[in-house]
Amino acid sequence: MDQFVQEFFNFEVMAKVAPFLLHGLLQTLLLCSFLIPIGLVSGLLTMLLTTSHYRPLRWPAIAAVDFFRAFPPLVLLVFVYAGLPFIGLQVPALVAVAIAFLLNSASYYGEIYRAGMVSVPRGQNEAARSTGLSATQALVYVTLPQALRNVLPDLLSNTVELVKLTTLASVISVPELLHSANLARSLTFNSSPLVLAAIIYLILLLPVVRLIARLEHKL
Amino acid sequence: MSNWDRFIFTFFNVEIATKYGWDILQGVAVTLLAGLAVVITGIVVGFGLAALRAAGWKSVNFLIIVFVDIFRSLPPLAIILVLYFGFPNIGIVLPSLVVLWVSLGAVLASFAEEIFWAGITSVPKGQWLAARSTGLTFAQTLRHVILPQAVRLGIPPLTNRAIAITKNLALGSAIGVNEILGRANSALSMSANATPLTMAALLYVVVFIPLVIASRALERNYHWGER
Repeated sequence: MDQFVQEFFNFEVMAKVAPFLLHGLLQTLLLCSFLIPIGLVSGLLTMLLTTSHYRPLRWPAIAAVDFFRAFPPLVLLVFVYAGLPFIGLQVPALVAVAIAFLLNSASYYGEIYRAGMVSVPRGQNEAARSTGLSATQALVYVTLPQALRNVLPDLLSNTVELVKLTTLASVISVPELLHSANLARSLTFNSSPLVLAAIIYLILLLPVVRLIARLEHKL
Repeated sequence: MSNWDRFIFTFFNVEIATKYGWDILQGVAVTLLAGLAVVITGIVVGFGLAALRAAGWKSVNFLIIVFVDIFRSLPPLAIILVLYFGFPNIGIVLPSLVVLWVSLGAVLASFAEEIFWAGITSVPKGQWLAARSTGLTFAQTLRHVILPQAVRLGIPPLTNRAIAITKNLALGSAIGVNEILGRANSALSMSANATPLTMAALLYVVVFIPLVIASRALERNYHWGER
């Protein structure tokens, strides 16, 4: 037991590496600050394509969504990061992360928005159009707000997944929270930095996970 | 060499593909086996936890909720690293494949528990009362009346979640599991060519795309998303 506490909950080690992990946390928050908006917006555009009435738009979009849903995010990230330099495109790690996450989360958010749009009765759009609203107005003022409300828990839980996925950036040496913690572990020969990182992730995400559970039970 | 030739040479190099192909293909077997283990463990444990939670013992339920909330909030890679690097220092050495299996199994079990539990709570209370009043015991009610309905509701979200979590098997490459990506990475550094990565990507897609398409069909059949 003593050995267990020494290895995983060594407060001395935790206190020593805390400032270092804080830098990692800032990097993680920076990642989230652009990856979440990218996902939300690209997902919306994807949904417009996958729910389009034009087959030449809809089918390739659905195929692309399925393709990227079958593509493990880490494989995608390594492919973008390690593959592009071979054709002479040297991209910084952060850009590689952005590209990989764009492709991955556009599909996931897109499918959630689409489920939301499907859940809005067709009559809503027809009624809106018959009162003289344009197609865009009907979408923005009538159907989309209802769709968003219906899938709010799913949007939130996908955002939690996205935050968890930022740990993948550690594999290509982006100094985010988990990467800093793992580096600190190898320097201190002790796993407490990893546990501290886990605790930080819990503090960030556990309240959201609870909130989602509550929202889901209310629906 | 034209740009197009260079592109083909780099990403679709037949020579490299034949040289490392067999090795990477063996990774598919590892991925499939580990995936099967994760899915079975996750669903069975999750199902068990949800059934246990239905029994309504307060202290047990508290522990279940803590467990599933923690494993739903933690990034899988963080769990994997703690198990892989921490446990040997307290005398428990787990092979990397076991670490991967246990970590992802626990994550899937947590999500599965929540999905089954949501299904159980969505069955109207009258069903419980009616079943009990016909003389069925608590366990019989759960088994013959409640769970069949709960499972039916849970199948589409569970499929999606199982796919998303099984794709994390690629994380095994970070702790030296010989799955597809791990093998492709070593082939990449030996050959200085991106073709092994292309192969890994294609193989992963080939493994998972039938599941993604199947999940789409399930959603259509069960009308998920129509509330």
